[in-house]
Amino acid sequence: MSAPDEPNGAPADNRPERSGGKLPERLFEAGTEWLRAGGEASDVVLSSRARIARNLAGQLFVHKAAPTDLRLVLEACRDVLESIPLGARNTWLELHESPAVERSLLLERHLISSQFAKGKLGPKRRSNDWPRAVIFGLPDERSAVMVNEEDHLRLQVIRSGLALREAWAEADAIDDRIEAGLDYAFSPRLGYLTACPTNVGTGVRFSVMLHLPGLRMAGEIEKVKHAAADMSLAVRGFYGEGSEAFGDFYQLSNQTTLGKSEAQLLDELAEKILPEVIEYERQSRQRLLEKRRWQLEDTVHRAIGVLHHARLLGVDETMKLLSIVRLGVCLGVVDTIDVTALHRLMLLVQPTHLQQAAGKNLAQDGRKRERARAVRERLAAM
Amino acid sequence: MPIGGRGLGSYTAPGVNCDRCENEATVHEVTISDGQVLEVHLCEVCAQETGVVSGSPAPVEEILKKIAAGKAAEPTAACEACGTTFAQFKQAGRLGCPECYQALEKQLGPILDRAHQGAVHHVGKVPKRMMQLGGEGAGLVDRAAALAAAQSRAEQIRRLRADLARAVNAEHYEQAAQIRDRLRQLQHGAGTDSETAEGTA
Repeated sequence: MSAPDEPNGAPADNRPERSGGKLPERLFEAGTEWLRAGGEASDVVLSSRARIARNLAGQLFVHKAAPTDLRLVLEACRDVLESIPLGARNTWLELHESPAVERSLLLERHLISSQFAKGKLGPKRRSNDWPRAVIFGLPDERSAVMVNEEDHLRLQVIRSGLALREAWAEADAIDDRIEAGLDYAFSPRLGYLTACPTNVGTGVRFSVMLHLPGLRMAGEIEKVKHAAADMSLAVRGFYGEGSEAFGDFYQLSNQTTLGKSEAQLLDELAEKILPEVIEYERQSRQRLLEKRRWQLEDTVHRAIGVLHHARLLGVDETMKLLSIVRLGVCLGVVDTIDVTALHRLMLLVQPTHLQQAAGKNLAQDGRKRERARAVRERLAAM
Repeated sequence: MPIGGRGLGSYTAPGVNCDRCENEATVHEVTISDGQVLEVHLCEVCAQETGVVSGSPAPVEEILKKIAAGKAAEPTAACEACGTTFAQFKQAGRLGCPECYQALEKQLGPILDRAHQGAVHHVGKVPKRMMQLGGEGAGLVDRAAALAAAQSRAEQIRRLRADLARAVNAEHYEQAAQIRDRLRQLQHGAGTDSETAEGTA
């Protein structure tokens, strides 16, 4: 175990001090890969994601390590990560130095996890004394690595639509390049060693973000949840672990990581359960169209009406309405609205994005007013 | 393992504490003795100590005596590299360092078993530097292939355990006994392979 002598907060070595990075200007306006609305089965699958957890050999895990240890890990990882192109250009951001609003923006863009944004990892790890960073590729933000999250490295690649294999291939290649520069904690018996035993083995989690309004309206969501549980898959909300499903968006992911190869884990999700869920959702939507067309059209157009005319909109309500409109667009009930524009709106109405676009901090009521105004303006422009 | 009388095998019942100590019970045995249904819930360590999961059958009286003899001593093993104990792990939900897996191997066994459906060996990607270690690296590659085969057995065991629990809950004891026998055969098969036997329940 490394046990550096420096007092807390002292520079770990003699290298010139580097900046903690800067958030790209007007990032809140940019589109991201996961909202591109392209790729296979994109009527049901918003995005596919491969996540890899890795730790450095001979280092304490993050929640146990002293801030000086974590600083060393951060610097070692930074050297390697900055040499790997994660997009046209990389952006490195140190989150213990960044304001809460920046972290919240990254969370809303699915670039970091909720505990990483909040800066809470057990009683010892608080935001200010927890050296941690994220590096991601611009302009599409599809590859990102969190350094010193629960594990030293959490790499994710997100692709639009159903593209788990492509996401895994990219993540695997980035992982190879990181590994060429850093020694991973690995055991021949247990595989990649992670802070939590539930991730040990491959350290890989595959997930897909699904839009399931048809199954929800048919009252079949519980069946999907049970089927997923039977196959040891987890069903989570829009913002991952512990978050609620709003607007009929659900994340489906594998839970076991030991004893199955990455290819097996991928097949279980991509070949077994997903085609069925996608098919059931499409069938439910078709039934709505065939048997309850007028009710469906009414629901969709009422949603558009509210979005056009409301003067106060909460985020939950807005997501529900946008979800219904998305269903209408996918079924051809509405042809004046573009899915990509709708997706961008889904991001824009999130609290931090909304305030960044407005250029000011807003209290809850102010946000509701601003959200209604922004939605109105964007819909009018479509 | 039959605990005297007619053994009906194990099933899963999450959230039940061990009859001998405070750990969560991972071995649940139902037996019929003199027409009475008897349930025993034990953690991994106590199950082995009492012979419930060992090869040697122990009479029910002996086991009950051992259970009645009181709480087993809490394992106090700590990781030499970082000092993390199992109690600290349970509280934080995270281990202290990579060495903890070795140091707390026994206590982590049931947790890994539950989280990964009985799998005890990594299958899949291996760091390239491990592959370049000559003999050991080559061994890993061979083992990856062998483990892929073992995986289907682990999946069968998992399914049979679920079937057994259902049969016991429905009081279909004859069916349960048959499933238990099939499980034993499979687990015995796993037992002949020293690599895959370690850590299994």
